Amino acid sequence: MTLSMLATLGAALSLLIGSGFVIVGVIGLLKFNDPMTRLHAPTKVGTLGIGMLLLASILNAMAAGDPSMHELLIMAFLFVTAPVSANFIAKVSIHKRTCEAPPKPLKDGTWSTLDAPKDE
Amino acid sequence: MMSIEGFFDIALIIALVALATGQILSMVRLVIGPTTGDRILALDTMVINALGLIIVLGIHQGVKVYFEVALLVAMLGFVSTVALARFLLRGDIIE
Repeated sequence: MTLSMLATLGAALSLLIGSGFVIVGVIGLLKFNDPMTRLHAPTKVGTLGIGMLLLASILNAMAAGDPSMHELLIMAFLFVTAPVSANFIAKVSIHKRTCEAPPKPLKDGTWSTLDAPKDE
Repeated sequence: MMSIEGFFDIALIIALVALATGQILSMVRLVIGPTTGDRILALDTMVINALGLIIVLGIHQGVKVYFEVALLVAMLGFVSTVALARFLLRGDIIE
């Protein structure tokens, strides 16, 4: 078995693992029954699923004899931005009071996102 | 015994089917809601699934330009998610 065949096999396995994570995350998004638990499932799609697909792309380019590392840029961008957008969506859930409220902070009376004027 | 190229082609088809199913299922969540946060989350998941579709299409066709498209889609998805969330949180996007 040559190195190029090994890289193709790795790319195929990465594709299968990535699509497994994608399908599990989306089923979790559909099946869970609480906004905060629904939030946790699709983050696996964003990091592990797409990360595995990008790894498959790197391995496939390597097997074709034309290695490229462009995909690492997308991976780094996704890994940095996925927690930020998840944090914003969690803050929307807290602000709209569609989830269980977090415990009170130690110093202030309430969380700033819950401290909105009542007439909004 | 199946050849490795045949296995890779089947894996590509499985990945495309999984991503397309993911798009449909997150569209169901986008329609049934019930809260606004769920709708934003479903839109974010749809953008990420579209990103995966673009990447797998790039692997299938062997075209390098698809990765720049994927990077642009990733940036647009992040900015639109944050803009929607900020609009709901503050009533304004850039104060």
